[in-house]
Amino acid sequence: MTTTKIVLRFPPDLTDQPVTYNLIKEYDLMVNILRGHITPKEEGMLVLELTGKKKQLDRGIDYLAKLGIETQKLSKDVRWLKERCTHCTACTSLCPTKALSVERETMLVDFDKTKCIACEMCVAVCPYEAMEVQF
Amino acid sequence: MKTVEEINQKIKKGSAVILTAEEIIDFVKEKGTKRATEEVDVVTTGTFGPMCSSGAYFNVGHSKPRIKIGGGKAYLNDVPVYTGFAAVDILLGATAVPDDDPRNAVHPGRFAYGGGHVIEELVSGKEVRLTATAYGTDCYPRKKIETRIGLADMNEAVLFNPRNCYQNYNVGVNLGDRAIYTYMGVLQPRLGNANYCSAGQLSPLLCDPLYRTIGVGTRLFLGGGVGYVVWQGTQHSPCVPRTDLGVPKVPGGTLAVIGDLKQMEPRWLRGTSFKGYGVTLTVGIGVPIPILDEETLAHTAVRDEDIVAQVVDYSEAYPQRDSGSLAEVSYAQLKSGEISVNGKTVPTASLSSYARAREIAGILKDRIQKGEFLLSECVQRLPSSDSGIVFKGLQEKPIRLKKAV
Repeated sequence: MTTTKIVLRFPPDLTDQPVTYNLIKEYDLMVNILRGHITPKEEGMLVLELTGKKKQLDRGIDYLAKLGIETQKLSKDVRWLKERCTHCTACTSLCPTKALSVERETMLVDFDKTKCIACEMCVAVCPYEAMEVQF
Repeated sequence: MKTVEEINQKIKKGSAVILTAEEIIDFVKEKGTKRATEEVDVVTTGTFGPMCSSGAYFNVGHSKPRIKIGGGKAYLNDVPVYTGFAAVDILLGATAVPDDDPRNAVHPGRFAYGGGHVIEELVSGKEVRLTATAYGTDCYPRKKIETRIGLADMNEAVLFNPRNCYQNYNVGVNLGDRAIYTYMGVLQPRLGNANYCSAGQLSPLLCDPLYRTIGVGTRLFLGGGVGYVVWQGTQHSPCVPRTDLGVPKVPGGTLAVIGDLKQMEPRWLRGTSFKGYGVTLTVGIGVPIPILDEETLAHTAVRDEDIVAQVVDYSEAYPQRDSGSLAEVSYAQLKSGEISVNGKTVPTASLSSYARAREIAGILKDRIQKGEFLLSECVQRLPSSDSGIVFKGLQEKPIRLKKAV
């Protein structure tokens, strides 16, 4: 089983497609919706966590591409600007998945992209604009 | 007993022994206070946190023809500066924000840019936009100016902070039922998180709790350059409850510091935004403590487990100026990542950077070791625990208007 977090962007004419249903039904993927922004006749955005067999996962993402939906790994959209970070740790107690954590010995902050669900809590509390989420 | 003069002689010869306020802890554990006092000459401290009472004053030079900005209005990158001095002296405060910044219009507001950010940009070598209007006089005829200006163009650029280096601070929590936006960061409802702000065992005034060596005239690391203590800071409150080791259990002493902004570095002066609260400046400060006797040394070896802070509710108690602590916790507990308040485990985070405080103590140690930084003798002690100073609130009095004659 493989898990990946992806950001979907789909053009206005595709917002009526049952994309999530097809990913589950046709490709046997577990779909966890982390975020969504869909309004009729506008570009839509979905952040999904997909879990399934590697082959099925690749086929599922292929299906999205053929439909004309842009996909990108979530980790590319969330950036920790290390040179701006002062390691104050303000973000770490609020990060729900511990993607941002403190190494207690050195008191340095670290960011594990794979754990991030793009909730943007860190963006609101970082005093130094060291976290960037681009959707 | 050693003197500052003797220690400086050893620094010049390259034979001084210098440890950071972290390193001294194990050193004393191993050798004992007496031997450590004989062997160690200087202990370096450090802190890197948001310090709102910070600012800078500038002499921007005289334009041709001249303008009297003094008494007029002036802005640096749209951030208003104080002009109530001579013609071209202006003062920028760290917490100043642009008039009617649309980014702050909708609650809670981002507070993305302000005085602290202007200072960071100037120190980074960037030019900012100076705009000013004046009433015009015979000797200063001009009424308006708009120009780019950088630190190199100015005659003087001086960082002057009326209150830095708070000796200990509160731990902020929220007992209310909605998120609140404070200078202690975003505090989640029902004790969702706890924020603290001190370098603990590395913090300058926690390593010299009774101000035995740090006083007016003390040379220090300020924003990457050299600065001095010029006075006790505002709200200096030395007569607060203290532990057996003399360390305040609540916010106590403070320092007013000054230094040449042109020597400083953006790594150690950072514009800072607290969503829903405002902007400020995060300042890096390191103070060397000369080991004059056993007592000075014992104080520098204070550990996080020996320093306590009070947990304060910022939803109701703080805004209403009600005193009272929900819990007393140590910095060792705070740094572990969780504390217990009212029977609940609360995750903790810091607003000041311990990692950067450690870096500053290390840089200062290095500069002293190389003979680049000598210690200064303090020329006047700061008021201490025997001063009788009472920290006053503002008592409001009715204003009686004089009757027109």
